Amino acid sequence: MPHQVPIAEGLFTWPADQPALLCSRCQHCGIASFPVADSCMACSGQEVSVEELPNQGTLWTWTVQHFMPKTPYNSGETMETFKPYGVGYVELPGGVRVEGRLTESDPQKLQIGMPMEVVFAPYRTDDDGNEVISFFFRPVQ
Amino acid sequence: MDVAIVGIGIHPFGRTPARTGLQQGAYAARAALKDAGVEWRDIQFAFGGSASAGSADALVNELGLTGIPFINVANGCATGGSSLISAYNAIKSGQYDIGLVAGFDKHDRGAFNADPKELGIGQWYGEVGMMMTTQFFAMKIQKYMHDYGISTDSLARVSEKSFINGAKNPNAWRREPIGLDEIKSATMVNDPLTKYMFCSPSEGGVALILCRADHASRYTRTPVYLKAASFRSRRFGSFEVFAPSQALQQVDGPTVDASRAAFEMAGVGPKDIDVMQLQDTEAGAEIMHMAENGFCEHGEQEHLLASGATHIDGRMPVNTDGGCIANGEPIGASGLRQVYENVAQLRGAAGERQVPGDPKLAYTHVYGAPGISAVTILQK
Ligand SMILES: [Zn+2]
Repeated sequence: MPHQVPIAEGLFTWPADQPALLCSRCQHCGIASFPVADSCMACSGQEVSVEELPNQGTLWTWTVQHFMPKTPYNSGETMETFKPYGVGYVELPGGVRVEGRLTESDPQKLQIGMPMEVVFAPYRTDDDGNEVISFFFRPVQ
Repeated sequence: MDVAIVGIGIHPFGRTPARTGLQQGAYAARAALKDAGVEWRDIQFAFGGSASAGSADALVNELGLTGIPFINVANGCATGGSSLISAYNAIKSGQYDIGLVAGFDKHDRGAFNADPKELGIGQWYGEVGMMMTTQFFAMKIQKYMHDYGISTDSLARVSEKSFINGAKNPNAWRREPIGLDEIKSATMVNDPLTKYMFCSPSEGGVALILCRADHASRYTRTPVYLKAASFRSRRFGSFEVFAPSQALQQVDGPTVDASRAAFEMAGVGPKDIDVMQLQDTEAGAEIMHMAENGFCEHGEQEHLLASGATHIDGRMPVNTDGGCIANGEPIGASGLRQVYENVAQLRGAAGERQVPGDPKLAYTHVYGAPGISAVTILQK
């Protein structure tokens, strides 16, 4: 099995038995931020703690990306192998609405308000042969 | 001291392989000088901007080295609006009598590719393919359609009107009308938006000559007064482009804030406006911006568009020159194009696209990344 590395440090717990997205929460006003930030965008407070976000929420809005973006897009795909992908904001209760790629790209199967869960999966292979792990939102079956 | 616009110049938008962006800016500046009947050496100061076509102050190489203080402005889609506000303040303060505002650009084909690092966002965000303005606009209108009952037909009607107006504008890029069905069934770019519902990066230049209102009659018989110019950035909780997350509690965006500030400054309300240019990065943006700028209630657009209210001969003409959809978006010039169009409309010089009924008050609005908006109100 290839070595797995997270797409960015501090975005989610990795490796972990039950990986989760990470947010910072302002100690002053209680607002959560994703990704983790040193200060609070709501009140400018600088005392924040890091916590795990819930793994389930609802789809707040979505679209499907039908053309391949230019760099910095880096998926290992070529123009020939590119596949359209879904993108959406998922409202994680008590936390924040997180933007992420969706595992579903069929517009007929996406609906505002539908339940979604976060999953962690290989996104591409880096130059050293490592699997780069990112987060995705998947409709709850 | 009130401020008047006494000269306007434009270089046609679209693709002009024979001219650099800077040359298109100089072309517009010379046209504006000629329109006001002044020489470059008479201009006391300048503000200008360009996102992809070099420094705006390089215009002095084209126009002449007069020692003028020329300040470069870089504020994304609000570059033109920010230049205009700066010039407005420079004259209003009494520091200067007459100045130039210029914006030009020349972008590569295809969608803009933004760099996450420049906006303080992690590289991962771009790597996974979310650093896309088109996605934001698609997701915003998707949510809006869901909440306020706006149909795909309404999206197509906006584009249909843009192309009709573009066909009447000699400076527009897209000058062929496109039918409703063709717009709806075109290649999907980002659901629910097809390729004919988006504007594309393009080229062009616009320049304006501003002066103290009490000097305006020296330069023109048809001065247009800048009654308000406002600019706002996003507050916490507004739904904005390039945001890896959004707050659970939503607040009004910068458009609403800039609009309110401009109406207050001008002492008029949305019902007083006779012609309006609203940021139409895509068809959905025009719909949402109608309500965000106070011209209708959320959801009311569905019947306004179906009744033709936003056409040139309608009761609230929107984007009479074809907007971004028919002109494309040269970032540095785009906001000033709206002002150019409104001055032409208020002078009664807009030709085939002239709004009937002798319009007296005109409104411009831009919106851009990462959550900024600029508004102007012009009066003749
Ligand atoms: Zn806070």
